[in-house]
Amino acid sequence: MRNFGFIAAVICFALLVLAAIFAPLLAPYSPSEPVHMAYAAPDKKALLGADSLGRDMLSRILFGLRYTLGIALSVSILAAGVGVTLAFLAAFRKGWTDLLLGRLVDAVMSVPQIIFALVVLAVAGVSLPVLILTMAVLEATLFYRVIRPVAGDIVAMDYVEVARLRGEGIGWYLFREILPNAAPTLIAEFGIRIAYAVLFISGLSFLGVGVQPPDADLGGLVRENALAISVGQLSPLAPAVCIALITLSVNGIVDWFIHKYSVRGELG
Amino acid sequence: MSTAKRPPSRPIRDFVISRSLSGLVSLILVTALIFIGTAMLPGDTASALLGQNATPAALEALRQDLRLDDPLYLRYFGWFWDVLHGDLGVSLASGRPVSEVLLPRLQNSMLLALVASLFLLPVAIGGGIAAAIWKDSWFDRALGFTSMLFLAMPAFLVGYILIYALSVRMGWFPSMSVAPLMGGVGPWVKVLALPVLALVIIGQAHTMKLTRTAILSVLSTDYILMAEVKGISRRRIILLHALPNALSPILSISILTVAYLIVDVVVVEIVFSYPGLGKLMVDSVAYRDLTVVQACGLFFALIFVAMNFLADFLAMLANPRQRVPARGAV
Repeated sequence: MRNFGFIAAVICFALLVLAAIFAPLLAPYSPSEPVHMAYAAPDKKALLGADSLGRDMLSRILFGLRYTLGIALSVSILAAGVGVTLAFLAAFRKGWTDLLLGRLVDAVMSVPQIIFALVVLAVAGVSLPVLILTMAVLEATLFYRVIRPVAGDIVAMDYVEVARLRGEGIGWYLFREILPNAAPTLIAEFGIRIAYAVLFISGLSFLGVGVQPPDADLGGLVRENALAISVGQLSPLAPAVCIALITLSVNGIVDWFIHKYSVRGELG
Repeated sequence: MSTAKRPPSRPIRDFVISRSLSGLVSLILVTALIFIGTAMLPGDTASALLGQNATPAALEALRQDLRLDDPLYLRYFGWFWDVLHGDLGVSLASGRPVSEVLLPRLQNSMLLALVASLFLLPVAIGGGIAAAIWKDSWFDRALGFTSMLFLAMPAFLVGYILIYALSVRMGWFPSMSVAPLMGGVGPWVKVLALPVLALVIIGQAHTMKLTRTAILSVLSTDYILMAEVKGISRRRIILLHALPNALSPILSISILTVAYLIVDVVVVEIVFSYPGLGKLMVDSVAYRDLTVVQACGLFFALIFVAMNFLADFLAMLANPRQRVPARGAV
């Protein structure tokens, strides 16, 4: 049963990633040109119908997928880099560094992420770099929270102590001793964070503080077409279902991974 | 010195002091971040407010008025001082006092959260307990599957499915919550129905999972094993032995759920155009009405920090060993 879910998740995720990569080849129309009647219902020409300006929904979703996956991935990579580095730094240095970083992370985490993001985006204005940076900082605190105890355990282990006594540099045992041991937890957390980042950017774009028109990620597409729902059109649900497919498939893969490598601790 | 006295241990007092301090640090950090950010803005609030055609004299007057020429830390302390005295400043978009704009919205948000939690908590906690009792049964699996599904869905998907099904197709409820916010119970029920339903569906998954974990962690303790060995029925073990001990985690889970319902509902409020604090904040972000955004951020942070504090505090009172499996962000 678990294997079946895993295979389905992998196939689904792979298809979505491929669709995002090959969007320009796959899209039947330009995502920014009005090619149909406004709010055209789905038919043979427009498989998922058209939006309020007559742009092809399927093409816009394919390009939206690029934004959503691209942003989620860059946010997660950035956040993992910052969060993991700081967590290991804190575990090594202990003392003041550890205390200060811990307090700072606690302080950031004690405010709901979406509220924090709204405040920052209101002040700094909405642009792609600000968006990615803000999300990455918020996500980095979660990486820190999960990795810091793991890092503490690993740093306290005998072989690390031996390496330290042997006089190895910090870089040596970080890459040769510590990272390989932290890898399973890290990978599982990374998967969870990608799924979360997808929901996060979709939420922000839905609120109008994410990717800005005329471009749109999946959340932005829902926002653009929300009005069509009240006249009985289902097309705005298509990008929303797409988002759910991404998170579901990522969760499915992570779930399998956690059981396979019996990752320690509570993740999520 | 006949009886050696231990130094008095006051865990509750220590807890209150240390947590209040760290909560205060969070709030100061968040508000300070807002201010540092504001300082980095290209242009300033005065020119944003008056637009392109403002005369230099008018700009200068407004800058003086808003104390924009003071150094950053002075402005920050000034703002903080005013907030402590109940003065949240003036909305840059409408010119009305922020508190006047904010309080009705806060009331609406509280009402929504209250009604939603009245439905959500019994369903989610009951479901979580049942899932723990019949662990690995088809019921547990079905619940696990649906929670996974709802946790993966963006909140607006749930909202729009409800609108499509119950409002557009069935015509039972208005799709927008802009209906009269006064005049008896009837209109209120109609206005609240869909947002509450959406919140219950979205929020229950997490609360249910946490409850299930809490009960299962109590079930794995030694005294439960003892009771099992004695041959007591599983139902009796859970109701009489496990549940009383799981009350403290369930209590904190409930409070965290309510915190989530007040704070994290921004998307749901937008979907249904519900006039709550979250919608006010998002609208103000669009207008760059920074004083309102600031105040909303402050209130949200305050509520969240206070509720988390309350959750941990009650859990501690209820269980001296502080068995709190569910902590941190909801």
